[in-house]
Amino acid sequence: MTERKVNGDSLTLAGLSAGYRSRTILQGVDIASIEPGVVGAVIGPNGAGKTTLLRALAGFLPAQGAAHLGECDLLSLSHARRSAHVAYMPQTLPAGVALTVLETVVAALKAAPGGFGDADALAVALDLLGRLGIAEMGMTMLNRLSGGQRQLASFAQAVVRRPKVLLLDEPTSALDLRHQVVVMQQIRDYARRSGALVLMVLHDIGLAMRWADRIILMSQGRVVVDGDGTAITPERLADVYGVSARVEPCSLGHPQVLVDGVAGTP
Amino acid sequence: MGGGTVAGNSAILAGYRALLMKRACLIGLLGALCLVAMGADLGIGASSLGWREAWDVISDPSSHGPSARLIIWSIRMPATLTAVLVGAALALAGTEMQTVLNNPLASPFTLGVSSAAALGAALAIVLGIGLPLVSGTWVLFSDAFLFAFASVLMLQGLTRLQGAGSETLVLFGIAMVFTFNALVALLQFVASQEALQQLVFWTMGSLARADWRKTGIMAGVFAAVFPFSLAASWAMTALRLGEDRARSFGINVARLRFGALLRISLLTATAVACAGTIGFIGLVAPHIARLLVGEDHRFLLPMSALTGAVLLSVSSLVSKILIPGVLLPIGLVTSLIGVPFFVFLIFSRGRRI
Repeated sequence: MTERKVNGDSLTLAGLSAGYRSRTILQGVDIASIEPGVVGAVIGPNGAGKTTLLRALAGFLPAQGAAHLGECDLLSLSHARRSAHVAYMPQTLPAGVALTVLETVVAALKAAPGGFGDADALAVALDLLGRLGIAEMGMTMLNRLSGGQRQLASFAQAVVRRPKVLLLDEPTSALDLRHQVVVMQQIRDYARRSGALVLMVLHDIGLAMRWADRIILMSQGRVVVDGDGTAITPERLADVYGVSARVEPCSLGHPQVLVDGVAGTP
Repeated sequence: MGGGTVAGNSAILAGYRALLMKRACLIGLLGALCLVAMGADLGIGASSLGWREAWDVISDPSSHGPSARLIIWSIRMPATLTAVLVGAALALAGTEMQTVLNNPLASPFTLGVSSAAALGAALAIVLGIGLPLVSGTWVLFSDAFLFAFASVLMLQGLTRLQGAGSETLVLFGIAMVFTFNALVALLQFVASQEALQQLVFWTMGSLARADWRKTGIMAGVFAAVFPFSLAASWAMTALRLGEDRARSFGINVARLRFGALLRISLLTATAVACAGTIGFIGLVAPHIARLLVGEDHRFLLPMSALTGAVLLSVSSLVSKILIPGVLLPIGLVTSLIGVPFFVFLIFSRGRRI
């Protein structure tokens, strides 16, 4: 594990509320300072507001409250300014698009306001693919990629503008075991190397406990638990998910969640 | 990360450059094909003047009599140019539509924008209803534009509704086609004999009424719109990666979409006002262009316009020679070619997506 970069701005949320026209989904979310280079996993049952939290931070939804990146309140920035700091990676990359991986990364740079010259964009994109170790698929068409490769290409598009905040919506949802690990490793290495702070929505608590530095458990639009793996207890899981579960260390000492059955109502 | 990466990078760079070169060559090739098709189109018509005579009249006006000059310059040339320009306009509109609505079945014809423009044109012809301060030929163009724009705004509104998938959009488009066609038929019912003749021409699509004035307007609109399309090409390429992703790149997606819809309406309305409703060029040409040059819109947009120009030019040729001595409406020819392709697209979509 490479050493964490400490310079850079941390992200703090205070009373963040957001939602759609008729209903408010986030009911005042507070998250204490997430430092640069830290990987945070947002977990919780369906409808807890995990994706809404990411979308509100990305600026896709009107939001109230405060989201401070260092000294600056993200909510007060114009969309163009905010997108220079914050990148959002959707769950999937559309299939059947006749573009090469390199072209999509170049397009991410060129399409942005105040963009790059052609030669610069190409050089930056090539350099990034090299650093992510996926240079060899640069000239491959998106529709020829496997699910795991597509997620790595998607990741490259999200990070090529060097965001300070990286928001990932279920980055491993459609992947097999091996590719889940490949993508998680890539995300964590990137955060450590670049000093970007990552917030990712995960459904798999096991993955979250194994790969994230911070676990943020959400329920009904609020943060219920915010801490490392040890903050996840059987009582919490019963409250939030309505399951009876054990949290036990594995042979390497990492806490593991073992679900035995349903219990009560969440 | 040593020399290996650098060598790998330069190999990819070389591959990318070769790809760009290949695309530029394909665009050049299609441009040449377009000129050939125009030349061939110019040499065929109701009179016996052939390619040779047509070339002579163009290169040396004094070589033939006034009647030959009249036929070539006032009848064939506007029709040939209109075919090329209308084809390019419909194909460009179709490409932008497929991208901004994220639907491979979208085109001005299949989603009812052409029919809406035809209804506008029919209102102008039959009832003479137009905007205040607009007169003459412009009534036709402005009415066609207003109706086309209204229809794309409706389509856009539908795509924003939750749960409206691409099938819903196509079904809604078909409903629009039928509605507008029925309204045009209603106008035919009350139209005078003279207006009726004109109306039949709109509904079938024809180049027979092309004149320099309309050709000039079509050329002007295309020349005015195309630079804006090209300026939006990177953003449109990014939009192909998904709306949220494009937004996260910092693109103002709502503005991008509105601009594209405005361009689509202008191109479609002008094309319909010049040549009536010509189907399937706007659907087929973008798919052919995408197969040839991919979806980098810097190449896709011009390639698509050229493909549309060639297709309509060739269709014009076919409409003249298919039944000797009879000029078929060009809309019939494009539909006969386009319908099988449309069906093919619907059936192949299930496998590709």
